[in-house]
Amino acid sequence: MGKHYFQMDHLSVGYNRKALIHDICIGIEKGEIVTLIGPNGSGKSTILKSITRQLQIIGGKVYFDNQNLTAFSFRDLSTRMAVVLTERMKPELMTCHDIVATGRYPYTGRLGLLTREDEEKVEEAMRAVHAEDLGSRDFNNISDGQRQRVLLARAICQEPDIIILDEPTSFLDIKHKLDLLSILRDMAKKKQITVIMSLHEIDLAQKIADKIICVKGDTISHFGKPEDIFEENMIRDLYDINNGFFDPLFGSIELPRPDGEVKTLVICGNGTGIPVFRQLQKEHVPFVAGILYTNDVDYRLARLLAAEVITEEPFMEISEEAFQKAIKAMENCERIICTDVPVGSCNKRLGKLIELAKSSGKSVMV
Amino acid sequence: MSKQPGGTSFHMENFKRRSRYAVVFILLILAFCLITVLNINTGNVHISLSEIMDILLKKATDTKEYSIIWKIRLPRILMATILGGALSLSGFLLQTFFENPIAGPFVLGISSGAKMVVALTMIYYLGRAVNVTSYTLIIAAFIGSLISIGFILLISKRIKHMATLLVAGIMIGYICSAVTDFVITFADDSDIVNLHGWSQGSFSGMSWSNVYISCIVVGITLILTFLLSKPIGAYQLGEAYAQSMGVNIKFFRVALILLSSILSATVTAFAGPISFVGIAVPFLMKRSFNTSRPLIIIPGTFLGGAVFCMMCDLIARMAFAPLELNISTVTSIFGAPVVIFMMLRKKRGN
Repeated sequence: MGKHYFQMDHLSVGYNRKALIHDICIGIEKGEIVTLIGPNGSGKSTILKSITRQLQIIGGKVYFDNQNLTAFSFRDLSTRMAVVLTERMKPELMTCHDIVATGRYPYTGRLGLLTREDEEKVEEAMRAVHAEDLGSRDFNNISDGQRQRVLLARAICQEPDIIILDEPTSFLDIKHKLDLLSILRDMAKKKQITVIMSLHEIDLAQKIADKIICVKGDTISHFGKPEDIFEENMIRDLYDINNGFFDPLFGSIELPRPDGEVKTLVICGNGTGIPVFRQLQKEHVPFVAGILYTNDVDYRLARLLAAEVITEEPFMEISEEAFQKAIKAMENCERIICTDVPVGSCNKRLGKLIELAKSSGKSVMV
Repeated sequence: MSKQPGGTSFHMENFKRRSRYAVVFILLILAFCLITVLNINTGNVHISLSEIMDILLKKATDTKEYSIIWKIRLPRILMATILGGALSLSGFLLQTFFENPIAGPFVLGISSGAKMVVALTMIYYLGRAVNVTSYTLIIAAFIGSLISIGFILLISKRIKHMATLLVAGIMIGYICSAVTDFVITFADDSDIVNLHGWSQGSFSGMSWSNVYISCIVVGITLILTFLLSKPIGAYQLGEAYAQSMGVNIKFFRVALILLSSILSATVTAFAGPISFVGIAVPFLMKRSFNTSRPLIIIPGTFLGGAVFCMMCDLIARMAFAPLELNISTVTSIFGAPVVIFMMLRKKRGN
């Protein structure tokens, strides 16, 4: 029996009796949001299809609420598990209300007639996803963002304990992505509905998920809380990134740093450097940045984009060593970009550096 | 409630819809009655309305008109009703199954498969001077349908593309027709007359026993199909969603194939292959009722198919009387443009 609410126990999944991913051991608690991430074709959908019983399980077991998943009848399972799939639904002459109403299927009688109560539940679900104005519109004539919300309302209407979504945010713009994810979070936290979904956006996954499953190759490479999983190198390895960076602290994705001979110095700090770095990156100009405290927000980006960063320990006066390094860099560079960095008691030397830069005639103020 | 265009309450929406269903059903029933009267009334021998009433109420039983109506026109009308309905319903089921609005027993080669096995059976029995029972014919047609559908399923497993599937169906249809023509060419003269008319599709020469048998077979299938309208509705959203709603997909797919095969087999066994009804009628009915909900469309399509086929049969009989047209000639003239219109609309819509 499973120790967890939803448990995959040495599960193997794949097509035509051939396992693509094996030994999946994962435990999920009630009301948790769990996100699968991994490169395209890594098998995220295969796992989701297997735990929704669209694909036959190749090996191992899945337990749901202490019961073997395969022991559920499709009917019983349908009252407990709802899905939002990637397949394009092309219904004929159905309004959004009708689509949502199909979520009532497990609860209606032999002929599927809706009662007044069912109709109200449909409307309630539409309200939950802020789609109440869509009700009588034809499902084929609404936008992708609206469609995903209607499909989510359909799943909610099924009154499940667990919802499984396959890439629900693909094709959505940023507003609708945030919208959809916040609806899911509300649902999970207020109604204790467990959510398992795959996401392409690792930055969003990091922010919404209680637990993350990293799918790579033929196995689960990592499983755990986002803060344990999101390490810089982990994401690079998972997606085989060799042409850019992922900053786990901000969840941002950066293009690779420009290469070539370094002829530009950026004197910055306190966030003033970030727009300069991005501009230089776009112009493909390699640069040195300094003098940055290692707790400065500029430093987070400079360490990814700059060819070299001249640093100092946080809250310390700038040392002679760092200062000399900066002077040396200044001599080697043809262009010095000075930003409007505030100078206070501990970074006095930075002010001095800026003055030197100005007198060198190579400086540009930003 | 919100006043925006899409914001009407679901209850209100359903109420309005039910009114529309009622209106369309009433119109269909009126059309059915009208076309039935016209059909009884029209023919080479003219019979006045009052005479018809007397005859139908069996007041005057020994006249020539009595035999014309009871022995020729009524069985023919009833067969057009039952088989027309069956054919349209079979089309609707196949369209649902293949998720393709242009699927139908004729274009997928299912009617031709049935025709081939029926022709072979008839020639075999007639050659031995044994009478073929209607049940034998239905079973033969059913086997033929399943053979064609088996091929289509094999192909559809490998190719998901809609158009390819239809081309495959049309090819299967040609192969089966070629085999049928071949055996008819080499059959005895006496068989040919019978076979030839039938293999082109016709409602002529129907007996009361044909009516009883097809009524039983089609009636039972219609009821079973109607009882499956809930899972059919789920299946319209795609297999994966249907399963997540609790439908046992494997069982359901088999049921759908068997039901649609029985329906189209019964039609082919008695009236031969009839084209385009299976595509045009479900399409027209969905637009008229403005829904694809099986609970409404199953009876609606059946009734619509009955009206459509009776109308076509009337035209087939009367257009060039006393010469009679093949029923497929007439159904094609009305049905094919509908199908072309559907395809054009689809291109524009998507």
